[in-house]
Amino acid sequence: MNSHNPLFKRKYVITGIIIVFALIYIGQLFHLQILSPKYREYADSHAFLRKTLYPARGAIYDRKGELLVYNQPTYDVMMVVREMEAFDTIDFCRTLNIDKQRFYQLNAEMRDPRKNPGYSSYTPQIFMSQLNVEEYGLLQEKLYKFPGIYIQHRTERQYKYPNMGLILGYIAEANKNEIAANPYYIRGDYVGKSGIELSHEEDLRGEKGVEILLRDAHGRIQGKYKNGEYDRAPVSGRDLTLSIDLDLQAYGELLMHNKVGSIIMIEPKTGEILCMISAPNYDPSLLTGRDFGKNYQSLEKNPYKPLINRAVAGTYPPGSTFKPAQGLIFLQEGIITEQTQYVCYHGYPPLGGKPACHGHASPLAIQYALATSCNSFFCYGLNAMLSNRTKYSDVNNAFDHWKDHMVDMGFGYKLGVDLPSEKRGFIPNSKFYTNIFKNSRWNAHNIISTAIGQGEILTTPLQIANFAAMTANRGSFYTPHVVKERKGAPLDTAFTNRRNSEIAREYFEIIVNGMADAVTKGTCYGANLAPEIQVCGKTGTAQNPHGEDHSLFMGFAPKDDPQVAIVVIVENGRFGATNAVPIGRLMLQKFFKGEIPETDKWLEKTMIDRVVLPYLYTKNAPPAATVTIPVAN
Amino acid sequence: MNRETTETEEKGKVDMPTIILYLLFLVMGWISIYAASFDLENATSMFDLSSRAGMQLVWIGTSLLLAFALMKIDTGFYETYAFIFYIGGIALLLITLLVAPEINGSRSWLVMGPVRLQPAEFMKFIIALVLAKAFNSYNFRLMKPKNLLLVSSIILLPFILVVLQSETGTALVYLAFIMMLYREGLPGGFLLIGISTIIYFVLGIRFSETFVGSISLGEFITTLLIIVFAAGMVRSYLKRREVSAIILTIPVVLFLVAFLISLFGVKVNYGFVALLSLGLTGLYLILLFLRFWKKPYLYIFLFVVASFAFVESVEYVFYDVLQPHQQTRIKVTLGMEQDLQGSGYHVGQSKIAIGSGGFAGKGFLNGTQTKLKYVPEQDTDFIFCTIGEEQGFIGSSIVLILFVIFILRLIYLAERQRTVFGRVYGYGVASVFLFHLIINIGMVIGIMPVIGIPLPFFSYGGSSLWGFTILLFIFLRIDKSQKRM
Repeated sequence: MNSHNPLFKRKYVITGIIIVFALIYIGQLFHLQILSPKYREYADSHAFLRKTLYPARGAIYDRKGELLVYNQPTYDVMMVVREMEAFDTIDFCRTLNIDKQRFYQLNAEMRDPRKNPGYSSYTPQIFMSQLNVEEYGLLQEKLYKFPGIYIQHRTERQYKYPNMGLILGYIAEANKNEIAANPYYIRGDYVGKSGIELSHEEDLRGEKGVEILLRDAHGRIQGKYKNGEYDRAPVSGRDLTLSIDLDLQAYGELLMHNKVGSIIMIEPKTGEILCMISAPNYDPSLLTGRDFGKNYQSLEKNPYKPLINRAVAGTYPPGSTFKPAQGLIFLQEGIITEQTQYVCYHGYPPLGGKPACHGHASPLAIQYALATSCNSFFCYGLNAMLSNRTKYSDVNNAFDHWKDHMVDMGFGYKLGVDLPSEKRGFIPNSKFYTNIFKNSRWNAHNIISTAIGQGEILTTPLQIANFAAMTANRGSFYTPHVVKERKGAPLDTAFTNRRNSEIAREYFEIIVNGMADAVTKGTCYGANLAPEIQVCGKTGTAQNPHGEDHSLFMGFAPKDDPQVAIVVIVENGRFGATNAVPIGRLMLQKFFKGEIPETDKWLEKTMIDRVVLPYLYTKNAPPAATVTIPVAN
Repeated sequence: MNRETTETEEKGKVDMPTIILYLLFLVMGWISIYAASFDLENATSMFDLSSRAGMQLVWIGTSLLLAFALMKIDTGFYETYAFIFYIGGIALLLITLLVAPEINGSRSWLVMGPVRLQPAEFMKFIIALVLAKAFNSYNFRLMKPKNLLLVSSIILLPFILVVLQSETGTALVYLAFIMMLYREGLPGGFLLIGISTIIYFVLGIRFSETFVGSISLGEFITTLLIIVFAAGMVRSYLKRREVSAIILTIPVVLFLVAFLISLFGVKVNYGFVALLSLGLTGLYLILLFLRFWKKPYLYIFLFVVASFAFVESVEYVFYDVLQPHQQTRIKVTLGMEQDLQGSGYHVGQSKIAIGSGGFAGKGFLNGTQTKLKYVPEQDTDFIFCTIGEEQGFIGSSIVLILFVIFILRLIYLAERQRTVFGRVYGYGVASVFLFHLIINIGMVIGIMPVIGIPLPFFSYGGSSLWGFTILLFIFLRIDKSQKRM
């Protein structure tokens, strides 16, 4: 019946329209669900809150097991804006010890999307960070009065002693570059910035864990995703034991009070650094907590640059402390023998008495030359080596032999100490001089100051200390290091493998005898602890363009079976014997006896009280005393 | 008479495919509601009466009872009392309007103790019944002015009342009967006018912000479209190909001339050229009417004039008559705005939820977006999100296809009715379900503007489930009593 009705056909139109709609809708579903992965990403980023679980950072101990660095809880005031109700702002401010203006400033900073990109009024936001325990206690008591305010616990680095700030280093929030360089870090992570905290960052930090939480539309947490099936527990950081002896370190810092320079003591048998003082130093607890920014700025502005670890990053002309190394090269290369004598007439005769020298017998052999620190002897030696055309084809060849030996003895390149910012110093090669003189026909006399550790030569205190340790070992050393033990892991083989010099042991014995004489009857008599301990040493007085000569002392003791190698540098401290030798003596006393004997108490007092500050051309320079710190008992 | 009816009833069987689909929808809807209202922290049993899923089970049970009861009632009852129902329904709507408390911004709920009813839901089957009854009267022809007035009054009276209740979404459902009216003889021209109105509106608003010469790009495009429509109408109604070609040639020639002029450095107002083309088209049509005295030319001319008037008023209506939130919804749907807080947020989140389901979905109860309440109204209007997220492309396509099969089955059943009453009612039922399907899923997947109407059998709610059950089972009862063709 209906089929005769022309309207009957309209059911096909209707069916057609329905099917067209269905196809469009399935097309849109296909587009959303299969062609657009972005929706899956949006969904995950909305719904999953990947909460980082921070491991405890490793603690740091000194070589005797004394705790140096640990973590202490600190408290942040958190605010959930949506949950806030009107409350007594004045009471709140008083509790936190801030004024109303500061309150509004903090509030504005928290809500500023440029300063706080993750701002949401539904989730806790940091209002004020790092309350101390007392402030925390006060606030906790009154918390019920302040709806929407919460307290979040965090941990912060704490330092038990005010010493070795430069060795320990500090941690701070990772910056953009660090985040870009290492995918491990995210915004807000703390990362070691200097010292051990930086060089052993991976040991100390441990491994972050993650907890995947479900976050609802209002930012509220609704529990764990799949009951924590995909969560990862954090791995605690590794505790470190330093080779540093806290007592020795603190004593060294005390001695360097009001001075600029460095003391390093190394155990020659292991390469362990027993103390490493860089003066001026700073209290490591200045760079933690709420005043970090302020303190950092003031340290950075200080003209004596307390943030530079001079022990590894300061470069100095080694002066006469370079002479034992020179002597070793001449002996090894056969330029001189133990008996070879050179003349000295208050200076180096071939150049009209320059460099000058002081009064002593002449002619003289190597052992006595070391004891008296004769300049002329080593100038003759260098000239003899560089002019020797039977052994070397030309001066370049000869000089490169010399340079190779220097490098072999740890100069000119980074030693690889486990501290950041180590400098390599400078040992020139022949090309360097060929460039300077514009031809390759230069000779020893052109570069004669090199013979006595001046000229272009630059070394770090650590390199000199290492050379002292190598001499103590009669020709071998271990890469100096400050971390003695990593809990649960072996030390890097770089620190446990002995590095041998090419120079024969017998030549070292000659040099050691010279250094022993220098202490018993030569330039570093001030360091003589005989008869109890036979010290070997060498002074240095390094001319430099920054004012008075630097005062240097290098040595080791006892002569047989050495226990310690030492270097002391006092910037602008004039003769080695003036400042570096007495400080070296006191350090050795402290090391061997634990206490300074009564007979040396006057010296101790003199050295602590002595002010040897380089003249500063900066206006309003604060006295360095403000940045040195008292010693812990 | 009575014995005859009994005989036919014994012969007739209830349409099993429809029953199976109905039951399938109920079960899938119930599971979806459980998933959508599942609370991660206080997980409840599917049968817990304090939960949404548990309550839905109650609604399902009562709906099934209702369905059984409806199957027992004689078909004649509906025909006889259709108008009584209608008067009762209108009365209820009026009462509701007067006494209903405001719930979620609308006054559409009658609250009687613990029971809440939405009379507007039940008006759907009543309108369908009354229309069926009206069409069933002897020698009824839709295009008689009297009948047209009657039919439009039947639809518009409850429409207005429900709009006054601020339930615009439900009111719009009543307009779905236009599909049934089309099947029963409403001229295609009406649909064409309806469709062209929508096209003008969408284009006019979508491109209202860029300009071509003195008019907006929207007006420019619609102006050219009117010319194309006019040409098409001339061709299909008057079969005058050459006239149609001339109408299309006018703008082509004018634009060519304008382009050539612009080559000489003269700045041409292309908007004016478009308006000039339309004016010439109108002039040409009226001249043709005067020359041949054929009414269709006049009608097409009037179509052109009315279209132009409509296009010109679109922007005024949109910006000055519509409420700001309605403007925003439309703009968001048209992709002109990103409203991340209001309705755009809802649609954005629902697209994310569905899109994140991928091919096979995240699995039952594993949807994060719906579980974490990112999607609004997720167990009522946005229930399809849960299916999309947890069952993926496979699951959501299957649901969509089952609905299409269901509606096509209803159309098939309607077409096999012997009586006009049965056929008109059947088409009414199909129209309502189709409208709900297109609007609800279209909204959730971001094709349609946000209009709050439920997805039949899936969205949580007693009134809507009962309403759909009554709507469907009256038809199944009518179908059962009919002799097969």
